[in-house]
Amino acid sequence: MRKRTPEPARVGAEDTSATGVMDQEMAETAAGSPSQQTRDVKSAQKNRLADVDRETLISIYRQMLLVRRFEEKSAEAYSSGKIGGFCHLYIGQEAVAIGAISAIRKDDYVLTSYREHAHAIAKGMSPESVMAELYGKSTGCSRGKGGSMHMFDKDVNFLGGHAIVGGQIPLATGVAFASKYKGTDQVTLCFFGEAAVNQGAFHESLNMAQLWKLPCIYICENNQYGMGTSLERAMSSQDISQKARAYDIAAEFVDGMDVLAVREATQRAIERARKDYLPTLLEVRTYRFMGHSMSDPGNYRTRAEIERHQERDPIKLFSASLKEEGVLTDSEFQSIEAEVKEQVEQAVRFAEESPLPAPEELFTDVYANPIEPGKH
Amino acid sequence: MAVVTMREALNQALREEMLRDENVFLMGEEVAAYQGAYKVTKGLLEELGGKRVIDTPITELAFAGLGVGAAMVGLRPIVEFMTFNFSILATDQIINSAAKMLYMSGGQFKIPIVFRGPGGSAFQVSSQHSQALESWFAYFPGLKVVMPSTPADAKGLLKSAIRDDDPVIFIEQERMYGNKGEVPDDADFIVPLGVADIKREGTDATIVARSLMVPVALKAAEVLEKEGVSCEVIDPRTIRPLDIGTIVDSVKKTNRVVVAEESHPFCGVAAEISSEIMERAFDYLDAPVKRVSGADVPMPYAKNLEDLAIPNVDQIVAAVRQVAYLD
Repeated sequence: MRKRTPEPARVGAEDTSATGVMDQEMAETAAGSPSQQTRDVKSAQKNRLADVDRETLISIYRQMLLVRRFEEKSAEAYSSGKIGGFCHLYIGQEAVAIGAISAIRKDDYVLTSYREHAHAIAKGMSPESVMAELYGKSTGCSRGKGGSMHMFDKDVNFLGGHAIVGGQIPLATGVAFASKYKGTDQVTLCFFGEAAVNQGAFHESLNMAQLWKLPCIYICENNQYGMGTSLERAMSSQDISQKARAYDIAAEFVDGMDVLAVREATQRAIERARKDYLPTLLEVRTYRFMGHSMSDPGNYRTRAEIERHQERDPIKLFSASLKEEGVLTDSEFQSIEAEVKEQVEQAVRFAEESPLPAPEELFTDVYANPIEPGKH
Repeated sequence: MAVVTMREALNQALREEMLRDENVFLMGEEVAAYQGAYKVTKGLLEELGGKRVIDTPITELAFAGLGVGAAMVGLRPIVEFMTFNFSILATDQIINSAAKMLYMSGGQFKIPIVFRGPGGSAFQVSSQHSQALESWFAYFPGLKVVMPSTPADAKGLLKSAIRDDDPVIFIEQERMYGNKGEVPDDADFIVPLGVADIKREGTDATIVARSLMVPVALKAAEVLEKEGVSCEVIDPRTIRPLDIGTIVDSVKKTNRVVVAEESHPFCGVAAEISSEIMERAFDYLDAPVKRVSGADVPMPYAKNLEDLAIPNVDQIVAAVRQVAYLD
């Protein structure tokens, strides 16, 4: 596979032709019939394959498959009562987290919402520590205190796992503020669902990010439902990338079923952020194949609607492209599948065998500087 | 020791700590170019520059959250609320992010941040600008809550709060910014968090008071002294963690206690202190604990009504007389 230098940034706040405007190809993709859409994504993806080296392509595919299988296993463990609380699965949206995070450096930051198992793994956390956290074990990434919605790992700059809709947006803005304050070129990826766009936190944060030129990349994962309420029933103006215009922020509309499209759009945003401390808003159109959480009966949408989107399953699309372009052979696909399966099984074994947090852990980590009152 | 106002003492603390540690920065509405709505941040922009002293838009939720995010990766923000009334908009980030981050990350992300500004009643600014919110914040494990009553305490406690690795809610009192007092000149002077101060020693009754109620309690103690009642006045200074030991020791000596506060009585800090005293020193009490709290109404505008809503010397004197069975 040839390596090429990435294309220069083509979308900026100053470039009104592209800011907040769905590009032609995406507009057609969104509008066409399912089979037409599938063909469009495939042809777009094939063009993009040439820009990425083989090792990266395989790594991206492996990660997408890993988080898919990981989530399927999580669902199983949840159904058998091994995982408690809420459990929001990412199945269907893999291209977003994997595509975007594949474009950043290890020392860049990621913050996201409560639907974050995939982001955590993509950022470099071990499936073991994520699964153990789901199991509420002491070996979990948050030592059993956070659970499904509060994964953290300081070593890989994964900063959570936040469970109030939109709550991570000001936090990520602050992390980006700190990078600029310290004069580093680290960027921050901030993921959130489209429902968070209705929160004040989104608008307040974007305003400050552009006002102060902060290197934060806001990635709206528009899966078209805020729990059981469709976008149409919740947002007066549904063109989310357009909202960036209100804050003079560069924006792009991205097909979230095409992992390489997400990666490329993120790369353009990274260039703006690293060089010029500029924020970007990406609206990434995706779809979740499972319920909002494991307890969601899903009666707000039809089976047919879900199946229509499943035709554009991001993993199927990507594997078809890889196959057609000869990046991976059938036997290579099979061995990746087997490796991923073993990885997930190993994560489950690790979680099963790990100890529960010790009872005294209840009272640790409340304060970094605990004070015994009255003591000087 | 120099005699300075509470406002100047706070300003000194901010300046000294920002000079001491370049990771400390100050942000809030009108803190920089305007020099602070109450002039607490006067001169800081000029001396420390716009990178360190930052005017924010009026966007409390997001700049509070921005501060918490910056604290996650090593900065030490001081976030000023022009008044704590506006912190109500930011409570999601203070409570859901700042207070819980260390715990829910299994000890990985400490949040060294100070949220500060004036709270409590002011001068006829009515319901939405006259709120004592300390019991809200003190409710949450993960937060520390500090309320100084003298310029020296204000300076020493603010320096401790800025050096502390946990989120600290630092509530100043709007009516007290002009109050004067002696402040040590020593640049290393600090007052530790979590330590109560005996503002006046006495033997017959204990008055626990914080913030605006400390000078009021001290005046009440003077009045009672003339009547032959010796009052001990204790200022917890830190509401969470509460130095209940110092309070209980005093109660064991005096056997009578009045808790004075500016805030509403229901679910307030005085209720908590009363309960703690009952659990720890019931056998030492010669009378039920008596609370003197602000009126259980939104703050009115009219001067005469506002005066009635805020505890005064006469009310504290009457309460002490009641627990001493002098009436």
